[in-house]
Amino acid sequence: MKNNKLSRKIVLLGALIVATVLFLAGCAGGKQGDRETGKAGDAGTIKVGILHSLSGTMAISEVSLRDAELMAIDEINAAGGVLGKKIEPIVEDGASDWPTFAEKAKKLLQRDKVATVFGCWTSASRKAVLPVFEGNKGLLWYPVQYEGMESSPNIFYTGAAPNQQITPAVTWLLQNNKKKFYLLGSDYVFPRTANKIIKAQLAAEGGTLVGEEYTPLGHTDYSTIISKIKAAKPDVVFNTLNGDSNVAFFKQLRDAGITSRDIVTMSVSIAEEEIRGIGAENMAGHLAVWNYFQTTDTPENETFVKKYKSLYGQDRVTDDPIEAAYFQVYLWAEAVKKAGTTDVDKVREASKNLEFRAPEGLVKIDPENQHTWKTVRIGEVQPNGQFKELWSSDGPVRPDPYLKSYAWAKGLSSE
Amino acid sequence: MDVLLLQVFNGLSVSSILLLIALGLAITFGLMNVINMAHGELIMAGAYVAYVTQTVFAKYVNERFFGAYFIVALFLSFLVSGLMGVLMERLLIRFLYGRPLDSLLATWGVSMVLQQLARNIFGAPNVDVVSPGWLNGGIQLMTGVQLPYKRLFIIVLVVLCIVGMYFYIHRTSAGRRMQAVMQNRDMAACLGIPTRRVDTITFALGSGLAGIAGCSLALLGSIGPSIGTYYIVDSFMVVVLGGVGKLVGTVAGALTIGMINTAFEFGTTATLGKVLVFTLVILFLQWKPSGLVALRTRALDG
Repeated sequence: MKNNKLSRKIVLLGALIVATVLFLAGCAGGKQGDRETGKAGDAGTIKVGILHSLSGTMAISEVSLRDAELMAIDEINAAGGVLGKKIEPIVEDGASDWPTFAEKAKKLLQRDKVATVFGCWTSASRKAVLPVFEGNKGLLWYPVQYEGMESSPNIFYTGAAPNQQITPAVTWLLQNNKKKFYLLGSDYVFPRTANKIIKAQLAAEGGTLVGEEYTPLGHTDYSTIISKIKAAKPDVVFNTLNGDSNVAFFKQLRDAGITSRDIVTMSVSIAEEEIRGIGAENMAGHLAVWNYFQTTDTPENETFVKKYKSLYGQDRVTDDPIEAAYFQVYLWAEAVKKAGTTDVDKVREASKNLEFRAPEGLVKIDPENQHTWKTVRIGEVQPNGQFKELWSSDGPVRPDPYLKSYAWAKGLSSE
Repeated sequence: MDVLLLQVFNGLSVSSILLLIALGLAITFGLMNVINMAHGELIMAGAYVAYVTQTVFAKYVNERFFGAYFIVALFLSFLVSGLMGVLMERLLIRFLYGRPLDSLLATWGVSMVLQQLARNIFGAPNVDVVSPGWLNGGIQLMTGVQLPYKRLFIIVLVVLCIVGMYFYIHRTSAGRRMQAVMQNRDMAACLGIPTRRVDTITFALGSGLAGIAGCSLALLGSIGPSIGTYYIVDSFMVVVLGGVGKLVGTVAGALTIGMINTAFEFGTTATLGKVLVFTLVILFLQWKPSGLVALRTRALDG
C-alpha cells in the first residue's frame, strides 16, 4: 500500500520538477529569445558571440559585461552597423564552469559561425577557451585585467597587463613612502603570479616584504589573517583577493579597529561594482588601481555613464572591466570596417595600431602582442562608493605582458 | 601576549560561527537524517532577509529606530527560512525519508534553483547590509586588542540559540514529541503522535536556525547568491565530527574545529590550515567513526 502511494507521489514530484524547469527555462528564454532572432544564413547580419557567466559564482561580475557589450552593439547598429550589416549578438552562458566555457565557445564558432566572440572574466575560463579559438581560427576579445605572461594571436586583450596596473601601483606606493608590503591574495593563478612580480619589483626598487598570505576562494573568516597583519605592521596591504572574500576582509578589518589611516590597502580587483557589495563605509580611504573609474573626466565617459544608467538603471555603476567590455566591441567594429571583411586574419592585420577614443581616453591596439595601450589610474574610495583619482600616468602605457622591458623581471616569464 | 589573547578570542568567534551554521543542520541532518544540500541556501535566505529588512527600515521607518532593524531581521529570517523549510519538507523531502542518496541529489537541485532564484530577484552582484550602529566598534582590552561587538554578539546569540533549543527539546511537550518520533517512529505513531506534522515542524526548526545564522553572518561577510556554498561544507563537517544525533556533539565539534583551525591558520597559512584540519578530521573519524559524542540508543535505525 505504502509503495503505491509513494510511486504516485514520485510521479507528482517528477511533474513538479519538470514544471519548475520549464518555468525557469521560459524565464531565461524570454530574455534571450528576442536577441536571437534570425537563424543562420540570414545574410543581412553579422553574428558575434557573447560568452560570459550569467549563472554561478562569476555571474556576480560578468552579467554587467554582457550588458555593456550589448549596449555597444546596439549603438553601433543604430549608427548603421558595420559593412552595411547589423551586428547580431548571440549570448551564451558559461555558467562559471570552465568546461562549459570551452563547449559554448565551440558551439559559437562551429555552429553559429560567429565573426568574433567577446567574453570571459577569469583566467581559468580564458585558458579553457584558448585552444578552442586557436583550433577553430576564432577571435576572442578579453576585457579583464589579468596576470600577463600570455599572448595568443587569436585573443585581443583589452584589460590591463601587469605593467599597466600592478607595476605602476607598486612604484607609486614606494614613491609615497609605503615601503613595507604585506601581500594578501586568493589562492589561484592571478594573485600568485601578481605577487611574484611584486616581490621581484620590491627587491629591485627598495621595498620590503613583511608578509605574504593566500586564502582559499570563498574564504569567509579573516580574523586570524588580520591579527597576522597587525603583528607584521606593514605600511600597505597589497590586496589581490578576488570575489566575495573582499567583503569579509574589509568588513572584518574595520571591526578590528583598523582604518585606512592605520594601514592602507591597495586593491587590483575591487572596482565600483564590488564596492557596492562591500559597502562604501567599509572601504572609504582605501586605494585601488585601474585604467578607468566611473569618475574619469572625459566627454566620452560622460555619455557612456549616462547611457549605461538610463539603459540598465540609475543605481547601476560602471567600472573598469565594464568599460573595457564596451570599447572592445568598438575596436572590433573599427577593425572590421578598416579590413572591409570579418575574416579573422584580415581583421587582425587591420587592428594593428588601431586607435579609439574610449571612455577612459585614447586606447590603441599594440601591433606586437594584441594587448591595449591604456592609461593607469590610482584612486581613493570615497564615502559614496566612487573613486577620487590620486594619480594617473602621462598618457597610455605600452602593454608589456611578459615584462620584457623591466630588468628585474628577468626569469619571471619562464613558465 | 596580546596576540595570543586575540587568537583565543578569534578561535572562540570562529567556533561560534561554525556552531551557528551547523545548528540547523544538527537537527535536519543530525536528528532527521536528511542530507540537506540546500542548507546553505537557507543561510543565504536569512542573509537576504537582513538586506530586505534594512532596506525597508531605511525607507519607511524613522531614522532613530534604524538600529532596531537587525533584531526584527533576526526574527523574520527565522520565519522566512523556516517557512521555506516547511515548503521543502512538504513538497520534496517527505517523499525521500530513508533514502539519503536521493535526498542528497534532490536537495542539491533545490540549492541550485534557489541560488538562481536569488540571482533573478536580487541581481547577481553582492548586496550590502549596513550594520546597525550599536554593533560597530568593539571593546578595547588593551592596545591592539579590540574585541568587535559583532563577534561578541554572535557568541551571545549562539549561546541563546543553544539554550533555547535545549529547553525546546527537553522541556516542552512539542520537543519531547519530536524526540519520540526521531527515536522510534512506529512506537510514537502508535501512541498517537502525528509523526508527519512533527517531521515538518522539526525540519522547519532546523531551517529557521539556518536563517538566523545567515542573518547574523551578513554582519561579517558577503551577501550574494552563492554564499551558501561557502558554509555548507563546514557545517556538515561540524555535525559529522561532533557525532550525528547529539546536540552536545555539535557544540564540541564546532569548538574543536574552530580552535584548531584558528591555531593552524596562525601557525601556517589559511590554505594549509584548512588542509590540516580536514586531514585531522578524517583521521579522527577513521578512529572513531561515530564522532566526538556517540549517540547511545537502541532505536536509531528502527
